[in-house]
Amino acid sequence: MSQRLTQFFASRWGIILVGTVIGILAPVLQNSGNPPNMGICVACFERDIAGALGLHRVAVVQYIRPEIIGFVLGSLIAAFIFHEFKARVGSAPIVRFILGVFAMIGALAFLGCPWRAILRLAGGDLNAILGLAGLFVGVAIGVQFLKSGYNLGRSQKTYQSVGWIMPVIMIGLFLLLIFQVKFSSGAIFFSEKGPGSMHAPVIISIGVALLIGFLAQRTRFCTMGAVRDVILIKDLHLLSGVVAMLVVAFITNLILGQVNFGLSAQPIAHSNHLWNFLGMVLAGMAFAQAGGCPGRQLFLAGEGDGDSAIFVIGMIMGAAFAHNFDLAGKPDKIVDGVVQVGGISTAGMIAVILGLVVCLLIGFTMREKY
Amino acid sequence: MTQTVDARGLSCPQPVLITKNAIDKNEFPIEVLVDTVTSRENVRRMALSKNKKVSVEETEDGFKLLIDS
Repeated sequence: MSQRLTQFFASRWGIILVGTVIGILAPVLQNSGNPPNMGICVACFERDIAGALGLHRVAVVQYIRPEIIGFVLGSLIAAFIFHEFKARVGSAPIVRFILGVFAMIGALAFLGCPWRAILRLAGGDLNAILGLAGLFVGVAIGVQFLKSGYNLGRSQKTYQSVGWIMPVIMIGLFLLLIFQVKFSSGAIFFSEKGPGSMHAPVIISIGVALLIGFLAQRTRFCTMGAVRDVILIKDLHLLSGVVAMLVVAFITNLILGQVNFGLSAQPIAHSNHLWNFLGMVLAGMAFAQAGGCPGRQLFLAGEGDGDSAIFVIGMIMGAAFAHNFDLAGKPDKIVDGVVQVGGISTAGMIAVILGLVVCLLIGFTMREKY
Repeated sequence: MTQTVDARGLSCPQPVLITKNAIDKNEFPIEVLVDTVTSRENVRRMALSKNKKVSVEETEDGFKLLIDS
């Protein structure tokens, strides 16, 4: 039984099923209270967690998002049931941390991870096309490095307890959320207005995320991998899941009345095309070099991969930098009926370029010939 | 002579890449060592897509795939 299930999940229909489930549930989360075109956004939600912990103090994006917790724990449950939990570490953790930081800076310049880029497009936000194009280019550059021998080295099997660190951190975050813990400094912070204040009921968010985490662990769903495999080995397996997610999310949005086509003044998005594009080039390259999109890194962390856990911590720290140093994108605004195009600050532009340089250096200097 | 590809500890997509390089040398059989189910499935899918025969056996620290033409 377990073997047949494993075979099904590894099949084309398995990955399409997962894409379909995400395509239905992400818009439903949005309909239940999550921010517009943000049913699930791994980057945004990790940023909200950084805010809740006080790592940044932007009052509108602070909330402990159960979706992130559920992704890790859902994957943990799947990995245990199917005997795939395997604690491992030691593949260039500091590099993965840096890649996580810059992946987040790039994603927040665009205002979303690949998952949200897909969900934004499924909600009619055409700026997402620039983001997805950037993702494609970034991953394509990463693939060139992979082809020329880039890799971060082997990980080592380690003590089981090491693999538990990330899941336990997630359980800790969940306890802070449900008990609404308050420290004398004011933390844990929960937004009273803005995107951080918009959220589905905890029980729905955690339930959906546990299910997605479980299914994604079984099928290895990965938005970056989808693009990478097409370019690198002409394999459409993962892409079919991502396409299913996009199509089904669009249909679900139509049913729920959540589609609004356009470029300017889209929800929590800006229409500064160049930086939407470049932000995601950076994120795409960093994801390709680290071996997974932000969702996949959470699922890997759930099945015991300590290196992915470091990437996740890097992303959370990257979010803190992005907001403390005013690097993140600012949404378009409508002032007196006129659209004010948002975008990123000069510091944000410098950070994205710096990130591109760092990723190129990592790509060029960490190559080995087999 | 059997070619051996040791992909243990390598993360996706490295196991697939180095196995593909080995297949491209056209010397069979090829023995591929991996340590995760993900790598096992990815390598197997790639080899099958190249019309190769694949058999898998469990080892102490993972799996051994035998790829033949």
